Amino acid sequence: MYQVMLEETGESFQCNEAESALKALARSGKRGIPVGCRGGGCGVCKVKVVSGEYSQTVMSRAHVSKEDEANREVLACCIYPRSNLLLRVIGKLQHVVRR
Amino acid sequence: MALTGVLRPGHAQIRVLDMAAATKFYGDVLGLVETGRDKQGRVYYKCWDERDHNSLVLRQADQAGLDFFAFKVLDKATLEKFDADLKAYGLKTERIPAGDMLETGERVRFELPSGHLIELYAEKTQVGNGLPNLNPPPWDLKNSERGIAPVRMDHCLMYGPNIDQNKKIFMEVLGFYLVERVFMPKGGPAGEAAIWLSCGHKSHDVAFVVHEQPGKLHHVSFWLNSWEKTLRAGDIMSMNEVPIDIGPTRHGITRGETIYAFDPSGNRFETFAGGYQPYPDWIPTDWEFESLGPGLDYPQRKLHESFLTVLT
Repeated sequence: MYQVMLEETGESFQCNEAESALKALARSGKRGIPVGCRGGGCGVCKVKVVSGEYSQTVMSRAHVSKEDEANREVLACCIYPRSNLLLRVIGKLQHVVRR
Repeated sequence: MALTGVLRPGHAQIRVLDMAAATKFYGDVLGLVETGRDKQGRVYYKCWDERDHNSLVLRQADQAGLDFFAFKVLDKATLEKFDADLKAYGLKTERIPAGDMLETGERVRFELPSGHLIELYAEKTQVGNGLPNLNPPPWDLKNSERGIAPVRMDHCLMYGPNIDQNKKIFMEVLGFYLVERVFMPKGGPAGEAAIWLSCGHKSHDVAFVVHEQPGKLHHVSFWLNSWEKTLRAGDIMSMNEVPIDIGPTRHGITRGETIYAFDPSGNRFETFAGGYQPYPDWIPTDWEFESLGPGLDYPQRKLHESFLTVLT
């Protein structure tokens, strides 16, 4: 079990190797990363992994370029911790109708 | 015969990030019937009670989303007429030869002002629903209870700009009628934020929501016969840890009983039941944007943030 911390809020939660950082966040009942499709397709849960090691599953190139990946900018629903992680939330929800 | 022109939604081609995960989901969990794989590696499915060869096609790609959405038209003469009418309206059309998709005839493809590719076709091999044509039972043990097992691919909701222009094309060229709509928020520019269009007797065959980015998919919907089947679908989703977006609940708009959830690539799908059966002469039902909460989720009256933000 590893500790995942969100840089902005200092909120942290437990995550095991077999669950994505986003799934662990949702399971913990805490907030801080937007929850979208949870399948690597919609891009709203994009984070920068400031520190720590992780493995990843396939993510949509519409939201994560090769450069992003190299820069550790990935989707929280597709990363699995291999150490404690520090995450910076960079995804944003784009509203379709301006209000 | 009353139903002519565009008969119904025919097929959706969806991009998936991992074909093995996608086929496990669409085949085993949603419980569609796999009907073929082509040389490009595309995988074809139909719902158990559909007669035609395919209604959902999966293509492996590096981005999720919708390649195109198609409607079946009455016959080849109707297809030719629609092609000519679309051109006369000022749209560019393209012919996709028969056989490009398995068991599917020639398709006429055009791009909507919202950035979506729409296709029309007249011919697709009728493989049947697995029941005998003579003295059939009402369902079978092989496919009609396996997984969620929807009855048909029902409709598609797409997000993009210029939906007022889409509406004109569907109503003036393709013979659809407006069933329900949501107006833009008060105090801003006038117009429609969302429209539900029907080509027959269903509450909708296609719908659009206005969005800055073109060509986005909100969901492909699959029909179930009852609210109880919708609850059963929710149980099967949870057993398989399918991420649910909204529901089970009931839409105010269309009155349909619904679950929104996501496939393993993040493409939203819907399991949908109920609603009502409109006629083309009915006055459309109107919603204020400020009432989109109950329009989307009538019991909770909640404008779920993901409805307007999470797309592929």
